[in-house]
Amino acid sequence: MTDMGGNGKSENDVIIRTQGLKKYYVLGAETVRAVRGVDLVIRREEFVAIMGPSGSGKSTFMNLIGCLDTPTDGEYWLNGTSVKELSDNELARIRNKEIGFVFQTFNLLPRATALHNVELPLIYAGVRGRSRREMAREKLELVGLGDRMSHKPPELSGGQRQRVAIARALVNNPALLLADEPTGNLDSVTGEEIMEVLADLNRQGQTILLVTHEHNIAAFARRQVHLLDGLIERDFINHHAGVEA
Amino acid sequence: MFGRRGSLLLTEIMGVALAAIRANALRSFLTTLGIIIGVGAVITMVSLGEGASRQIQTQIEGMGTNVLSIQPARGRMMGGIASGAARLYADDAVALRDQSNGLLKVAPETSSRLQVTYLRWNDNLEVFGTWPEWFEINNMRLAHGRLFDFGENQGRRRVAVLGSEVPVNLGGTPPELLMGRTIQVRGISFEVIGILEEKGSATPFMNPDNRVYVPLNTALYRVMGGRDFLGGISVQVPGTALMDLAYSEIDRILRRQHQILPGQPADFQIRNFSDLLATFQETQQTFAFLLAGIAAVSLLVGGIGIMNIMLVSVTERTREIGVRKAMGATRLNILFQFLIESLALCLLGGALGVAAGWGGAALVAWQGGMPTAVAMEAVIIALGFSAAIGLFFGIWPARRAAKLDPIVALRYE
Repeated sequence: MTDMGGNGKSENDVIIRTQGLKKYYVLGAETVRAVRGVDLVIRREEFVAIMGPSGSGKSTFMNLIGCLDTPTDGEYWLNGTSVKELSDNELARIRNKEIGFVFQTFNLLPRATALHNVELPLIYAGVRGRSRREMAREKLELVGLGDRMSHKPPELSGGQRQRVAIARALVNNPALLLADEPTGNLDSVTGEEIMEVLADLNRQGQTILLVTHEHNIAAFARRQVHLLDGLIERDFINHHAGVEA
Repeated sequence: MFGRRGSLLLTEIMGVALAAIRANALRSFLTTLGIIIGVGAVITMVSLGEGASRQIQTQIEGMGTNVLSIQPARGRMMGGIASGAARLYADDAVALRDQSNGLLKVAPETSSRLQVTYLRWNDNLEVFGTWPEWFEINNMRLAHGRLFDFGENQGRRRVAVLGSEVPVNLGGTPPELLMGRTIQVRGISFEVIGILEEKGSATPFMNPDNRVYVPLNTALYRVMGGRDFLGGISVQVPGTALMDLAYSEIDRILRRQHQILPGQPADFQIRNFSDLLATFQETQQTFAFLLAGIAAVSLLVGGIGIMNIMLVSVTERTREIGVRKAMGATRLNILFQFLIESLALCLLGGALGVAAGWGGAALVAWQGGMPTAVAMEAVIIALGFSAAIGLFFGIWPARRAAKLDPIVALRYE
């Protein structure tokens, strides 16, 4: 294996490695080439923003990285495991253990309390009652919602809901936190608060992959990858990351 | 991947299913109404049937399996002549007693509903004429006084033995006080010489506790006014082993009495109570099949309702399914979640149906005065069937949920 990053870090640090990753859809008579061959390496503790206009393939790429979809061609290693050959159940296990999702629309269960929402990934991981509640409580406290645990999503503000979603994403201590337009449904002040939470987590060592089309949101990430027409257009380090615009 | 993790998930999934049912309480109730009504109706009907069945069974068994009942052949045509003329007479009973070498214990029977008066009370009661042997054959015991004897029959004496309910119907007079008193049957005075213990095998057609028993000859010649034929003859055989012999003896003696040649059809019929029991059980089974049919149809309709609502539920919760899959739920997890929801829905319906049926049976017993007995088998079968319906009609919606693509599900509005 060649050293893809080229900066002397060991292979053990690689969380994501894709090689010639492709995803084609057949829509009627047409073949949509959403992702046309992406080579990308993301290392532990990185904070990467994927940017690009709509139609650039960033959503499809995101689904591939999140193991919600399987590639048409190419290779994808997540934390050293090749995802290409995995079965449905193994993909479910990877989504459960290795990836934490944060969505634009929060995607919380509306009838369940904040605590129960955060417990959800632990349920599918097979963690039992008391320790499960303890772990969920800990993450809610981490995102500053220790006093809102028994509230249901409709009783929470947008920012609070997204914090619940972040706690839920973190609860299984995933290798990668995957945030898809996490501020898309929030006002700019709340959006920046949420970005501060994510930046904080990254400072504590959490690897984060952020998908956004807003430059001021992407500015929180140290590294930006721009996609265009299913290919990487630019990949650069943002030296001003974390500095208020 | 099952084992510990599987069993843990099962309790979690049950919680989710019950929460979903609770969240849509009214809709869930309306959906299960079909199953509630189906199961409830069947449980009520089965309880009624079971109650009647147990009663008739105890009654038949109370008579003993070694008792035969001889009756005039009815309804059959014999050589172009209506058999309505065929009758049994007191002489036939005498012949059976005297010519069977002591094999048979014989009691002729005749009865009629007549006005019975005691002081200022009167009631329309069954007056039953027979021989003293009848009480022994039918396991009727005395509570007070004595039975009439053979001499009193021959002498056409006006003495009466009362069933246990008769004193109640004649002004509620305490039985002891009725002893030795005079009652009127159709205006003819009878001395009360005995009162029987309760037999407790009443049916809508027959109640041996509400009869006035008088000697046969008194009944025939003093009360019934010249009617000389019998309703039937009860015969007791010493043991079931001698049953075949008893049949052939009765046949031989009565054919000679009625001058019927061998090979010609007899103008009487001999019925065994165990035959009666078998016939009754056969009827009972037909009834049970009919009920099962009704139950199957109503549960089928109820099951289709469940499937419908489960499909609605899967569509409504597409987004939730997407979230769960993104959080690591496997297809099997999702399949179980919806399968258990439909199973719980059906079992809940079944349980409510059993409760409704139980209540219905109690209401019928209380209001209609009919005996009911909730059969445990019926309850178990009803619940089992409800569960089967839940699984059968839940599997398709659950599979649809499990097969949802998480990307599509997450984007679903």
